[in-house]
Amino acid sequence: MDQTLQKALDQLDQASAAVRLAVQNLANAPGGAEAAGDTAHALSGGTIDPFVFRFAIFVLAIFVGYYVVWSVTPALHTPLMAVTNAISSVIVVGALLAVGIAASGIAAGFGFVALMLVSVNIFGGFLVTQRMLAMYKKKDK
Amino acid sequence: MNANFASFLYLVSGVLFIMALRGLSHPTTSRQGNLYGMIGMGIAITTTLALATPSAGRFGLIVLGLAIGGGVGAVTARRIAMTSMPQLVAAFHSLVGLAAVMVAAAAIYAPESFGIGTAGDIHAQALIEMSLGVAIGAITFTGSVIAFLKLDGRMSGKPITIGGRHFINAALGIALIVLIVLLVTSESKLIFWLIVAASLVLGILLIIPIGGADMPVVVSMLNSYSGWAAAALGFTLGNLALIITGALVGSSGAILSYIMCKGMNRSFISVILGGFGGETTAAADDGIERTVKQGSADDAAYLMMNAQKVIIVPGYGMAVAQAQHALREMADKLKANGVDVKYAIHPVAGRMPGHMNVLLAEANVPYDEVFELEDINSEFAQADVAYVIGANDVTNPSARDDKSSPIYGMPILDVDKARTCLFVKRSLGSGYAGIDNTLFYKDGTMMLLGDAKKMTEEIVKAMDH
Repeated sequence: MDQTLQKALDQLDQASAAVRLAVQNLANAPGGAEAAGDTAHALSGGTIDPFVFRFAIFVLAIFVGYYVVWSVTPALHTPLMAVTNAISSVIVVGALLAVGIAASGIAAGFGFVALMLVSVNIFGGFLVTQRMLAMYKKKDK
Repeated sequence: MNANFASFLYLVSGVLFIMALRGLSHPTTSRQGNLYGMIGMGIAITTTLALATPSAGRFGLIVLGLAIGGGVGAVTARRIAMTSMPQLVAAFHSLVGLAAVMVAAAAIYAPESFGIGTAGDIHAQALIEMSLGVAIGAITFTGSVIAFLKLDGRMSGKPITIGGRHFINAALGIALIVLIVLLVTSESKLIFWLIVAASLVLGILLIIPIGGADMPVVVSMLNSYSGWAAAALGFTLGNLALIITGALVGSSGAILSYIMCKGMNRSFISVILGGFGGETTAAADDGIERTVKQGSADDAAYLMMNAQKVIIVPGYGMAVAQAQHALREMADKLKANGVDVKYAIHPVAGRMPGHMNVLLAEANVPYDEVFELEDINSEFAQADVAYVIGANDVTNPSARDDKSSPIYGMPILDVDKARTCLFVKRSLGSGYAGIDNTLFYKDGTMMLLGDAKKMTEEIVKAMDH
């Protein structure tokens, strides 16, 4: 805990040093304004490849999935599989792009096949889940 | 539409998918959850259409594709028998896998439309993500087809083992890595299709050696794979909804596989390597004469009607015989007579996670009468009758008591602790593991030999006398 805090403080020091440097640059050099912009950009994560952000979302979503799925009651594991199947057909966005705007006819063809396949899943998956869930009833009192 | 706003909407649909899974924590919230899922999907589709703004002709094509697929899906969902749910889920997984391959193919033939570079100059990173997506997608496709054929009984549930298959699989795996490196350096379409071909073969080889009774693990695992394939393509397309969903589905399938493996006390690796778990084989004959007490439907009816507490243990045999409705009728009769009736479900009962729960729900069994192993196991000692219908290995006391048994350590339902155990079974064969069930020879066990459904119906009739 102490170490993490120390690390965070160190980073804060570095960051403020960088800003100070940038401000000095700004004051001294004619091209200083751009340099300051670049430094600030780097500090706010602007030069980081978008992949890193996507990967961060991916990793966090795995954790969300982990906790959410453990809280699913075992009685509903079959509907869980059916509904995860239905939502994984969100791959339809790729198929839509291919059919919608691909310049190459072959690509649009592949997209069309993909679109048909996932449509089966989208409609079939959600409807069969709904059908299953409608059967789970409580004891009549 | 502004790309930033679109990303925001994709995030919203991702969050709605999380809420769809969250809803499944309880039956009462689950229907609401499913609705969130549908809304999320609707948002993702509408956003993509608004972003891409296809021409009228292309838009017509999209509607056509949605209508054909959607029609087939809707009809299937309406008509499918609940007992066929494992096959259906396997079939659906195969579609996601194949769709992932098709989307990746479209992306490599028209990279401009996907914003991943131009033909001949696709970003290396996109190529890596895409090839991972296509490889996992193709494995999911053929693997799920094999799982479907096995579950649907169109292919024997026996493990098919090829000599040196581990070597072949390893070689294919290495070949895949080499091909992916080649694809990144050359961007050749031929190599892309070689990756597809190698993965398709690998998918078949991975699943054929796995026996029918290990299918719960396989189906969950393929569920997980379809998620990872979607996530990999989500990176290629830079689509948040796809990345989030892929991660959710991937971890969901992985957790289910883990739960199933734990229910069988087997390691994930040993299941995946296969060669275990064919269908029923003849009981091992060790030359020792053992007596089995057989009973009739009348005996069973008498015992249960005079009991205070009956626990019903359903298994895959109930699904095969479609005995769930007859079973519910029997439970109704008992309840009308003041008997306390509960259901006990083993985690690996049936051919997919939660298989028994769905069938009981279909037969209108209230979900608050159905209990999981850890919640009910201590109650068998107070039960007068345990009615085992279509389950076998999950009740075998050897798993608890006999260290030399191949299934030693697997959690079982303690049906032998009930005063009487009524065991419905077609013949005195052993279960899928090919292990003799010592429960049959215990004093408190009465075997009811016959078809699960017919026997239960006869008991119901006998109860009227």
